[in-house]
Amino acid sequence: MTTLTNRPTSRWERFRDSYLLYSFKRDLIAQVSLLVFIVLVAAAVLAPWLAPMDPYDLTQIDILASELPPFWVDGSDPTYLMGTDAQGRDLLSTILYGARVSLIIGFGAVAMQAALGVCFGLLAGYLGGRVDAFLMRLADIQLSFSTLMVAIVVGALFKAIFGGGTFSDYAVPLLVLIIGLAEWPQYARTVRASVLAEKGKEYVDAARVMGLPSRRIMFRHILPNTLSPIFVISTVQVANAIISEAALSFLGLGMPETQPSLGSLIKSGFDYLQSGSWWITLIPGLVLVILVLVINLLGDWLRDVLNPRLYKG
Amino acid sequence: MSLLDVNHLDVRFALRGGDVRALRDVCFSLDRGERLGIVGESGAGKSVAAFSLLNLIAKPGYIAGGSIRFDDQELIGLSDRKLRKVRGHRMSMIFQDPMMTLNPVLTIGEQMLECLKAHRRISSREARSISLNKLQQVQIPSPEARLDQYPHELSGGMRQRVIIAIALLLDPDIIIADEPTTALDVTIQAEIMALLLELCEKHNVGLILITHDLGVVSQVTQRMLVMYAGRVIEQGPTREIINDPQHPYTQGLINALPQMATPGSRLNQIPGSMPSLSNLPSGCAFHPRCTFVERADGSRRQACHDQVPEFVTSGNCQAACHMVAEMIESERIPAEEQD
Repeated sequence: MTTLTNRPTSRWERFRDSYLLYSFKRDLIAQVSLLVFIVLVAAAVLAPWLAPMDPYDLTQIDILASELPPFWVDGSDPTYLMGTDAQGRDLLSTILYGARVSLIIGFGAVAMQAALGVCFGLLAGYLGGRVDAFLMRLADIQLSFSTLMVAIVVGALFKAIFGGGTFSDYAVPLLVLIIGLAEWPQYARTVRASVLAEKGKEYVDAARVMGLPSRRIMFRHILPNTLSPIFVISTVQVANAIISEAALSFLGLGMPETQPSLGSLIKSGFDYLQSGSWWITLIPGLVLVILVLVINLLGDWLRDVLNPRLYKG
Repeated sequence: MSLLDVNHLDVRFALRGGDVRALRDVCFSLDRGERLGIVGESGAGKSVAAFSLLNLIAKPGYIAGGSIRFDDQELIGLSDRKLRKVRGHRMSMIFQDPMMTLNPVLTIGEQMLECLKAHRRISSREARSISLNKLQQVQIPSPEARLDQYPHELSGGMRQRVIIAIALLLDPDIIIADEPTTALDVTIQAEIMALLLELCEKHNVGLILITHDLGVVSQVTQRMLVMYAGRVIEQGPTREIINDPQHPYTQGLINALPQMATPGSRLNQIPGSMPSLSNLPSGCAFHPRCTFVERADGSRRQACHDQVPEFVTSGNCQAACHMVAEMIESERIPAEEQD
């Protein structure tokens, strides 16, 4: 029994010995992706300290310095490393702040989707019968519309009811709500499928035999067993939510230009693309692509680790 | 009044082609501290009987009639909230496969704590010490370390010990063990059965043991039921049934034991297989496989084809068989003539 006394106990030790870390150490793409992701997130979170200017502070903006190109192009100003946009805001600072908004919306919307979808999926899968039929038809109906369409309709409704001014003030929580409501069926379906698979297992019967209430069985016994598909889908959904937000902003239903996200930055630069100021659109666009790409790559890696049967079967 | 009284229990499964009767007219009782064995082929309704005791029949199954009285309380029709107080607390259950019964993502300690906290207002520290105590009772090596381990870190035998510990956690009156040793290898089987027997005796816990292992039943239980096609066909003290089975099906089961065959020859078996529950033969469900449908003089006993046999008492046992009924009848008449 000496092995027993030596066995790892702390969470850190368990993590250190886990397959997750083992596979991470052997996957160069995952490592690079995580590194890039951390750098981007850190830059976004630390934007107020990192950014050379505050794009929300109108006193720092010099309209005369508008549309300056990035540093490697002739006619650039060394104070504006990535150039400036049409209003004369420093593009680097605006991108940092914009990435922050995009990430907040991305993660917030996914949290919202997950909360809704997990609850509905658990209820549908565990209770079955009419509850299941009702919730899943609801999900089917919603999935038959494109996500963006739902978001556009809901967003336009909000804007019409509360007016553009209020919409701008509450843009972030509203976008979280809109994208969250538009995408919950993804979670609900995945969770329901896993719950159906788990529900037939004997440990669920055993939990019922113990006299545990249904709520406890659902959240404490079944939910942890469905976490790996939830994790995988979450990474994809974060990327999707960021793109959805960018698309909505590009269509003018997202973040206002005064507090731009990556999407609204791309949009604001789009008008100047023809006049040769390509950087206003291209640089935030590249940041968006890289951000979404690394999240997707991490998601792919996670899926391979958590569900080895999928590709290596 | 027994602790548990099951009367005329009728369980059906609502399938597309109509109801299938999984249990018909099942009656039995269990006293405090008594050990009852339920034997029969696969599909005879043993597990359905066990699950219906706790009202855990999964859809499309439902209890169509009968009564289950436990400690002067009718369990059928009881609200879910009240049933939960019985489940785990007064009656607990041990399942077939210890690999499946424990939740793979929770530690042993968490699962035991969960069960305790569902029934008692108790601090985590107290719950842990009770859990530890139960793990010691089931003789697990280094019980303290097990509390923080996950099920996959334990062997099959150890897991079944943990499951027994969980079943004993709240000092229940009855433990229902549904083939508790089927998934284990033979040496571990003997250990686990001995442990279960010892603990039941020590704590005066009633045991309902569901199995198709007649050897285990004869070692562990005091009374037994033999089930066939959803019906109880013979019941009585285990020793008497094993030594002198009345019903031809029970005789067939006992003859099918490997130790009953002469070395070198084929093992005895009951011809045919159990009928589908949705398409039971008329009369006695066993008659197409029964070698006693023809009397010794060659005449056919028509009742076997037409009438569902009633229970007849022979000694301390009861058997539902026309042949047995006839034998008892014929023994009684000469006895009366002599008087």
